[in-house]
Amino acid sequence: MALLEIKVNGAVHRAEVGLTTNLLEVLREKLHIMSPKFGCESGDCGACSVLVNGKLRRSCITNALSVQGCEITTLEGLSEDGDLHPLQKQFYEKYGFQCGFCTPGMIMSAKAFLDRNPNPTDDEVKEALAGNLCRCTGYVTIVDAVLSAAKELAGKLAGEPEGELAGERG
Amino acid sequence: MKKRGKGLAVAFYPTGLGGGGDFSHAIVKIKPDGTADLIIGTVELGQGARTVLPQMAAEVLGIPYEHVRVTNSDTDSCPICFGTFASRVTYFTGNAVVQAATNVKQMLLAEAATLLDTTPDTLEIVNGIIQVPDDPKKSISIGDVAFSALYVKHKFLVGNGCFGRAASRPDPETGACDPLATLAWAATWVEVEVDTETGVVEIIDSKSVYDVGKAINPALVRGQIIGGVAMGTSWTLLESLYPYYPSPEHEARSFRDYAIATTMDIPTMESRMVECLSVGGPFGAKGMGEMTANPPAPAIVNAVHDAVGVWITKLPLTPEKVLRALEANGRAASAEH
Amino acid sequence: MELKAVGKEKRRYEGLDHVTGTTRYVDDVIVPGTHVVKALRSPVHKGRIIRLDTTRAEQLPGVAGIITAADVPCNSYGFLTLDQPVMAETDVRYKGEPIAAVAAQTEDAAIEAVELIDLEIEEQTPVFDVLEAMKPDAPKVRPEGNILQIGDKNYRSVVFGDIERGFDEADEVVESDYLFPSQEHACIETQVSLAVPESDGRLTIYSVTQALYFLLRQMNRILGQGNDVSERWSGRMQYSYRGTLGYCDIKYVGGTVGGGFGGKTDLHADPITALLALKTGKPCKWRWTREEETLFSTRHSPWLMSFKDGVKKDGRIVAREVRSIHDAGAHTGMSSYVVDKHCFYVIGPYHIPNVLVKGYVVYTNRTPTGAIRGFGLTPGTFASEIQIDKVAERIGMDPWEIRFINAVRNGDQLATRRKLDSVYLIETMQALAEWAGVTLPEKCARANSDPREAEVWPLAETMEAPLEWTGGTVS
Repeated sequence: MALLEIKVNGAVHRAEVGLTTNLLEVLREKLHIMSPKFGCESGDCGACSVLVNGKLRRSCITNALSVQGCEITTLEGLSEDGDLHPLQKQFYEKYGFQCGFCTPGMIMSAKAFLDRNPNPTDDEVKEALAGNLCRCTGYVTIVDAVLSAAKELAGKLAGEPEGELAGERG
Repeated sequence: MKKRGKGLAVAFYPTGLGGGGDFSHAIVKIKPDGTADLIIGTVELGQGARTVLPQMAAEVLGIPYEHVRVTNSDTDSCPICFGTFASRVTYFTGNAVVQAATNVKQMLLAEAATLLDTTPDTLEIVNGIIQVPDDPKKSISIGDVAFSALYVKHKFLVGNGCFGRAASRPDPETGACDPLATLAWAATWVEVEVDTETGVVEIIDSKSVYDVGKAINPALVRGQIIGGVAMGTSWTLLESLYPYYPSPEHEARSFRDYAIATTMDIPTMESRMVECLSVGGPFGAKGMGEMTANPPAPAIVNAVHDAVGVWITKLPLTPEKVLRALEANGRAASAEH
Repeated sequence: MELKAVGKEKRRYEGLDHVTGTTRYVDDVIVPGTHVVKALRSPVHKGRIIRLDTTRAEQLPGVAGIITAADVPCNSYGFLTLDQPVMAETDVRYKGEPIAAVAAQTEDAAIEAVELIDLEIEEQTPVFDVLEAMKPDAPKVRPEGNILQIGDKNYRSVVFGDIERGFDEADEVVESDYLFPSQEHACIETQVSLAVPESDGRLTIYSVTQALYFLLRQMNRILGQGNDVSERWSGRMQYSYRGTLGYCDIKYVGGTVGGGFGGKTDLHADPITALLALKTGKPCKWRWTREEETLFSTRHSPWLMSFKDGVKKDGRIVAREVRSIHDAGAHTGMSSYVVDKHCFYVIGPYHIPNVLVKGYVVYTNRTPTGAIRGFGLTPGTFASEIQIDKVAERIGMDPWEIRFINAVRNGDQLATRRKLDSVYLIETMQALAEWAGVTLPEKCARANSDPREAEVWPLAETMEAPLEWTGGTVS
């Protein structure tokens, strides 16, 4: 066992972990940060995706001690001052989920992508999210949500004031 | 060489447990502030039951959708629902919800009538206000009515509803029975491009029309359509647990050898809805969540035949199968000469 | 009157939970003291258990309890046919079938304990090919035989009209075989179950089930009927006032699932977590790995279908004969249900006067199959829609036209004699043709689903519609 100290969503955490414990286990079972999910434990489905020092990682195949001292961001840490991040807002608006299980990993992958490519094409979004599996939606509304979030982040979303959820479309 | 072809497939799908015997119950109760609690035993899988069912309750009660809270948590507090399968929830639980909401609405109107000194049949509920149409003096908020009933008169504002169909056992010789509540319909038209050197089949275009009865929430219906077509396409081109069936050799163990569609595998899919109302469904709705996965496979197979003249009658439609079929076709053609 | 809520694109009720990561799926439920469950699964496809000794495993520090078939009050369950054991007692019928299960304080202890269970199995000859399994001298998957008995037959029978007369009238006969393979739901959430023993002797089960009451009834059978094994239970469970676990003693908690598609309509993890919770008096959680999910959860069965059609030159299909074989795997599960559903609809949405369908449920030594999206109709639609294109090709007819000619209309009967209403196939095809830029023959463009004016062939006696329950009460 060894002592792990990491910052998660802005707060410092310490935990005793085994040498082979992975980051997903630490987040969920030690720190009770539940949004990253167990989907496959082999890095294939993306449901466990988090950011480590701003970079996308599959936490199920990330050794916990290997991220000693790092800053981890999960979906819980995405909103600021209680406001939804544009990705969260657009996933909600555009129905970018059905069962919701892949959603935390999907949004974090999208966040990492938009951080480095803020003005993407349809095809670039698809390629960036190719490592996040979704069985429910068929991906169309997910891609739509990410493109809308990119526009909102760039301040280009017409007709919809920032900070408000659009009403229903009758 | 790349060759294109087009293929058609139609589908139909029954609503309800095959052979019947399934049912759902629902409870709608009104809170002191006039909002509603919808209590059901229905499980939400992501298809949107917890959205369309309160939409129906809100419609019947004349209150906003946002004023209906849904509880579907456990078997102690929630009534029986047979289950979320067989495309049955919108129709069966929906009918139960409409009944329950209708019943509690009658109680509200009776109480309001007493308070407004009129009879229930003169009243309607619009946007949470119970009123005699065109008479602004005879109107009262649903919240005030509920408070009066619950706190002053101690009347419990709760309505129950149930809907089901008795089991219909098939005749042992003829199979005669009545196995369904209603049927939904679909037609899919697909264009593919087949590479005769690699065997790869690419879907260039896909158009589908679905009859869903009354679409209670068109966005969620679209979600089922896109998700279903994606799943059906993935089944057709990518998936088999036993690649050498019937041998169990190389049975799939993980996402690495059981490849499901990713963002890179979803073709252009366009769809439209038509609404042929069901006879007995709530607002004329039909179940459609399963039907959407069925037409892609045969439409793609038919399109491949149109493109390169081979029938692939065993899924999945892998490049290997296409190449072997082309090869066999070529041998057959040259044998004829 | 204009609808205000119905027909509107309202946002998802729990949408904000999903996008903030606060939705609580079963694996997100935290109960203090929860133990981890792991199972010992059969390493062979078919065999007989000679020796099963859990002594060494029980002594491992951190192990709270181990269960085998002897701990199950009623070790046979199912949907309509009750032939599936929670854990194999002597006979193992598929690779991966549970034989024992462990509850331990940590995952590592649970995995190590499973490896310490001493298991001796005499391996036997399995059968994987349904056609082989149907032969009289095939190795027996089940003691009662390899084909499910349905009444006095070993198949589901659907008969409409006179199939031989139909083939006599036909101008052409088209035969073809089809295979729909075994496929997985592959939900991103695997099977998860958390069973919590309550202080009053009741049992709460947090489940990923698609149907709370559907599985509650099956669990009641497993836990509350059959042999009284309550002396093996721990703590308050022993003092449950009935001495056994009745229907009302089980509370199913769920309602939020990470995808289902039919993969969560059968019991998977719940019986074992429940039994371990009863035995140890501790909350027990079992989360299936992706490998367990892919190999051992219920899946779409393979279907082998043979079609034989008789068609007239004018495009009318006058006879359709179908033989379907459903590979059920090692236990019946929902197979006795799906064979019916498949046979009712396999001929497709077509008005065919002479129909003969035979549907067989055949057992093989592989993971049992279960419900999946499109249950029974997915393979049927696959086969019947390719078949009708083949028929069209044989008589030189356009694939659109042949479907219009044979499409059902209002008032027609399915082969089960159910009279149809809200039929819209013709109109749906017309809408698609127009959108896709396909020019239909005149009579197809003008057709509709109105009841036929003159019956082309006599209708069979209609079934009386079954009773519908509706109404509820005004209290």
